[in-house]
Amino acid sequence: MIKLENVSKAYSAGIPALNNVSLKIGAGEFVFVVGDSGSGKSTLIKLLLKELEPTEGTIVINNQKLGNIRHKDIPRFRRNIGVVFQDFRLLKDRNVYENVAFAQRVVGTPVKTMRRKVPAVLSMVGLAAKYKSYPREISGGEQQRVAIARALVNEPKILLADEPTGNLDTHNAWEIMKLLEEINRRGTTVLVVTHNLEIVKTMQKRVVAMKQGVIVGDERLGGGYED
Amino acid sequence: MRISTFLYTLRQGAKNIWKNKMFSLASIATMTACIFLFGTFYSMVVNFQSVVKDVEEGVAVTVFFVDGASQEQMDEVGRQIGKRAEVSKWDFVSADEAWEEFQKVYFEGEEEMAAGFEDDNPLANSAHYEVYMNDISMQQSLVGFIQSLDGVKEVKSSDAAAHTLTDFNRLIGYVSAGIILILLCVAVFLISNTVTIGIAVRREEIAIMKLIGATDFFVKAPFMVEGILIGLIGSLLPLALLYYMYRRIILYIAEKFHWLNGMVDFLPVGTVFSTLVPVGLLLGVGIGFLGSFMTIRKHLNV
Repeated sequence: MIKLENVSKAYSAGIPALNNVSLKIGAGEFVFVVGDSGSGKSTLIKLLLKELEPTEGTIVINNQKLGNIRHKDIPRFRRNIGVVFQDFRLLKDRNVYENVAFAQRVVGTPVKTMRRKVPAVLSMVGLAAKYKSYPREISGGEQQRVAIARALVNEPKILLADEPTGNLDTHNAWEIMKLLEEINRRGTTVLVVTHNLEIVKTMQKRVVAMKQGVIVGDERLGGGYED
Repeated sequence: MRISTFLYTLRQGAKNIWKNKMFSLASIATMTACIFLFGTFYSMVVNFQSVVKDVEEGVAVTVFFVDGASQEQMDEVGRQIGKRAEVSKWDFVSADEAWEEFQKVYFEGEEEMAAGFEDDNPLANSAHYEVYMNDISMQQSLVGFIQSLDGVKEVKSSDAAAHTLTDFNRLIGYVSAGIILILLCVAVFLISNTVTIGIAVRREEIAIMKLIGATDFFVKAPFMVEGILIGLIGSLLPLALLYYMYRRIILYIAEKFHWLNGMVDFLPVGTVFSTLVPVGLLLGVGIGFLGSFMTIRKHLNV
């Protein structure tokens, strides 16, 4: 599903953001990527989204070599990857329904399909009743659920979450993690970049630890992971 | 492209205009001023050209022949003149016709005085051609050509009339083109500014679109629509205003200055606007497109 082979990424002279990283994530896996600031986690996400090009090495996602994807084909490639951010990145001038529908509109989904799928995915994240609310009218946890619904509505095979609980209190953080676990149970490969070690230890999932652009640990069941 | 996507793009373009009301308004106002001036100059120029055309048609070049020129020689000169593109009409006036015309003008009421010349035409060598042109700026070249023809003694023309009309026509054309060009540049610049601000305001939305998998076209199209809509509104407003004003002005002049009737005939509103409306709309939409296209290329790397 996701394969990195000897991937390096240097922005300029100095320590590379990623240094000779090799990683395999199978279909349907749930993986945490942990590490301090500057460990290369965000660079990894950007490389997987083809926002950045690696300086060296190859990345393969869904049997597609990212290096071979032409600029005009990037949108089609990204439609198979859902992405969620720490700051939610919702459109403030649109309500919950429109924010989720936006993802469908972008990929040219017919309105009829949209009217069926958006309420369904909002139900799944527990926000069916708040479809008319604007981002400013709902809590941080609910905003992150909207962001997850938006990431899922196009049924991507992979969901990338960059610090999805970073702006949330403990209760909401757990709610979001339960939701991501449920999404994973339904078959989506989930990769979560996080600082929250309590969640990582409790959830007993695979944990990839990074430090200064290098993978320093890869535990199948991360319960024993220590900072 | 799906109809829903097309409509969505149109809506987003219109929303962009609404979101940047002040800048959009400034762009529309500049475009309106630009197309209004263009329309005003165009109406003036076509009307002036129509007057010039009428005058040109009345200005003739007269061709006289050498003494004893044969009818064949004169016919040949006529054939050569007729081949010239700038010639619209050429009439042969024989010596007898010239004398008859002279009598009508100078012996009116005193025909018995002319009777003395009955068998002796005093204008025996006055057979000539009256040549009318469709482009008076070519008069000098035509005169030179006719003078070089065999059997031609003299070519009479009014250089002053030709030069004045041609120069004035050219001056109006240059002045209008200069003013319109400056205004067009200002309009392109303002539309470009409006679209730049639109892009800055929507930078986050654009980033989200790109991550979700929007195509370049989907991201760029609303900004193109924004520019085109500004151009369209900015050309429809002045065209409507000009249509109303043109009708009122020609009616007013016809009423208040009726002594001008026959001397200066204004073109009917339909004749002027059948060209002005499509050209004005095309210009507005074209400037809108150009302004947004240039800005998108510069500021929107997707």
